[in-house]
Amino acid sequence: MVEKTPILDTFTYIFLMLGILIVGFPIIYAIIAATLSIEDVSRVPMPLIPGDQFVVNMQTAWEKGDLGTQLVNSFIMAAGITIGKIIVSMLGAFSIVYFDYRFRTVAFVTVFCTLMLPVEVRILPTYEMAANLFGPFNSLWSALHLDGLAGWIAGHDVEMRLDFSLLDSYQGLILPLVASATCTFLFRQFFLTIPEELCEAAKMDGASPMIFFRKILLPLSKTNIAALVVIEFVYGWNQYLWPLLITTNPKMMTAVIGLQNLIPQADDLPYWNVALAGALIVMLPPILVVLLMQRWFVKGLVDTEK
Amino acid sequence: MIKRSIFKSRLLPYLLIFPQILVTVAFFYWPAAQGLMQSFLLSDPFGLHNTFVWFDNFIALFKDPLYLRSVITTLLFSAATAFVSISMGLFIATMANRAFKAKALIRTLLIWPYAVAPAISGILWLFLLHPSYGVVALSIKRWFGIDWNPVLRGGDALVMVVMASAWKEISYNFVFFMAGMQSIPKSLIEAAAMDGASPFRRFWAITMPLLSPTLFFVTVMNIIYAFFETFGVIHTVTQGGPGGATNTLVYKVYQDGFIGLNLGSSAAQSIVLMSLIILITVLQFKYVERKVQYTG
Repeated sequence: MVEKTPILDTFTYIFLMLGILIVGFPIIYAIIAATLSIEDVSRVPMPLIPGDQFVVNMQTAWEKGDLGTQLVNSFIMAAGITIGKIIVSMLGAFSIVYFDYRFRTVAFVTVFCTLMLPVEVRILPTYEMAANLFGPFNSLWSALHLDGLAGWIAGHDVEMRLDFSLLDSYQGLILPLVASATCTFLFRQFFLTIPEELCEAAKMDGASPMIFFRKILLPLSKTNIAALVVIEFVYGWNQYLWPLLITTNPKMMTAVIGLQNLIPQADDLPYWNVALAGALIVMLPPILVVLLMQRWFVKGLVDTEK
Repeated sequence: MIKRSIFKSRLLPYLLIFPQILVTVAFFYWPAAQGLMQSFLLSDPFGLHNTFVWFDNFIALFKDPLYLRSVITTLLFSAATAFVSISMGLFIATMANRAFKAKALIRTLLIWPYAVAPAISGILWLFLLHPSYGVVALSIKRWFGIDWNPVLRGGDALVMVVMASAWKEISYNFVFFMAGMQSIPKSLIEAAAMDGASPFRRFWAITMPLLSPTLFFVTVMNIIYAFFETFGVIHTVTQGGPGGATNTLVYKVYQDGFIGLNLGSSAAQSIVLMSLIILITVLQFKYVERKVQYTG
């Protein structure tokens, strides 16, 4: 900095270490607990020297919690949300920024009104929607009394009902969370900063809109896409309420939900070593993504303001 | 806003925007409309008949002492969570910004809790604050002589969920404060130092005012986080208990709707929450932004 302040600098580093320690403490403690045997972990106070049961606890957690299946589910869900969001929003932003059509403003407003609305506030109706995707058609059908009309045409009573449930399926885990305006907004802002000349040159060279999109916009958006991949992967992996509602089949559960089965309840033996070993396994993938893609993560966080 | 140089096509723009509109209508507008409709209806226990009851669900809601208690719990919980995580994040970011060495390492060591799911953060803190095994709980008991028991005592349970929720949000705030501080021009700070302002004075007279837009934004985001995304923490740690002491608004929507099957009331609660979010968004964009200083 500007002047020499040795005392303050010492304190700065001391406080920093303290801060890092406080932030890291829950994890360090969990790692130690995950290496202990059941006798050691339930001793009061718990020893702070790591034991040798790490692999055993990991294996127990893996089998007891069926983590193999659940991690795959989590991965499919997180990847699906990430890819889905990026594709949908990039195409949407391209349409809004690079075309002029009658319903452009309507489309824009429709999408951006949902910018801040999290899935948590509309769980019940969204759940009903997912339980039967054709719900709106059925309501419309009965609201317009089309049953009677169809019956009159056919000459006998006709019942129309379309059923298509997303419960306990990957589509159900993914689709409702793909709807988000944040990514579209980010791509729109970014597309607006791209020089006009690029598009003019492309047009002069006779490029079609989709060629322009693929050959120019896509390569230019690389860092934005990388940033969004980190943010949305973590978002998808860590979802809780939605997968909790929509999955009842243990084979479809995501890992974060499945972990609940490992937490010792009041009358169980306190297998905290196993529960924490499981927690460490489940939290590892998103942490790795954040740490390995740190540069894009910080950019993504600041850009999407998520 | 639109580009000056645009493409002309009759069908393509509609095709491109179609997926976005489809998911938005299917999973935002239709459910929101359904919720709004449901909130004016009273269903019988078997879900066979719906009676239109105007605002009865809302009136019943605001007369319900349990709901009002949940409102107060949520406000307390969000304020405490936002306060703890923002002050920690700001403090650590200020320190990290002063550090000359190992900046990248410091950042690495501080950002990873962002990636931990709220529910898992709940498990970690449940273990730390467990009345019979938790090391933090035992230290509190031994050092401060407090009879810590979140299983029985509502206040303790609230502290526990606040800790679990605030912890993972520290890194989020840290990233934003770091970004904000790095965008403050060095020349300003150097000029103040030449005028004899101490580091503390500089922090309060320059850094804080210039950081106020970031602070404002982070506060809004933290409150939204505490309101809506902490469902996982509460579900793993306390399930709203003991005796409803940690029953936040979102948790109550879930409990009333999916466990109690009181559809009308749950829908009315959803509508209240939606209005709240819309209000916060409008406030954020319109009103308060003008009052905060900007660098540019």
